[in-house]
Amino acid sequence: MAYASSDQGAYSHPTPVGIKILVAGGFGAGKTTMVSSVTEIRPLRTEEHLSEPGAHIDLTDGVEHKTTTTVAMDFGRITIREDLVVYLFGTPGQRRFWFMWDDLALGALGAVIMADTRRLADCFASVDYFECQGTPFIVAVNCFDGAKRFPEGAVRTALDLDPDVPVVLCDARQRASSRDVLIALVEHAINLLSLDPGYVSPAR
Amino acid sequence: MSPAADRWLDGDAGPVVRPYALTGGRTRPSGESFDLVSMVVAIRGSRADPLGLEPEHLVVLHRCRLPISVADLAADLDLPLGVVRILIADLREGGLVAVHHPVPMRLTDPRLLREVADGLRKL
Repeated sequence: MAYASSDQGAYSHPTPVGIKILVAGGFGAGKTTMVSSVTEIRPLRTEEHLSEPGAHIDLTDGVEHKTTTTVAMDFGRITIREDLVVYLFGTPGQRRFWFMWDDLALGALGAVIMADTRRLADCFASVDYFECQGTPFIVAVNCFDGAKRFPEGAVRTALDLDPDVPVVLCDARQRASSRDVLIALVEHAINLLSLDPGYVSPAR
Repeated sequence: MSPAADRWLDGDAGPVVRPYALTGGRTRPSGESFDLVSMVVAIRGSRADPLGLEPEHLVVLHRCRLPISVADLAADLDLPLGVVRILIADLREGGLVAVHHPVPMRLTDPRLLREVADGLRKL
């Protein structure tokens, strides 16, 4: 099995393999839309201590003594089989949320970075993070109505992506389009494996 | 910052009342931590001693008669992940639940990843 049990004597039901996929990106880039177009979403709350230097940057006057913050993620699940479940976590992409990403990225299959071509700079932090972590990722350009269409190469250059990082265009409102983005990520992860059979997504 | 203000920072500020009241103010689980997709399952035949257990412990216990992920538990119960992790750790300490940890190495198995891709295509 893919799970190492820390205890014995559990019920004998098959324990599902849970696979994590992260959906990151800037505010309003379409993370929630994407996750909700492929599955039912629920909010998942996390309450964290603001202990790192810089974590207080966003706090406004008068709340500088606040030491915890609640962040809600979009959480969805796709049951592939009874014993194989994909969990989607839509997370804010800004650098100040990195503290929660460590938890998410550990052992994740990979990440989709949602990009809005009107605000490509919002993706920088996410790209940096997943590059540093060695987490497989792809960039999904959400083609908003009225937004100027950029060729894939222009997005790649603007984000300074490695040549092997896929850039796909999508419409996050469309189930089929969002599904294809997820498939592109899994295919990318498979490609990385075949390039380097020893490749291991960041492990604990 | 004045010394008076310091008293209200971090541990000195005392338990975070909401929602960590459920956990007696503890903000970190005992023992090793769990992943969001660690699976929790009640141990068959174990008997919960109601003493020392909060109603929320019993709710968690009830929910994991079948294996359920830590993230699902938190979303189902609408509790922050940190609180749910502590409740699970308590139940594990009491021998009431088993926690199965994902082994990320498994993601090196292309066959498993192809199964995921094929499953997604059926969406």
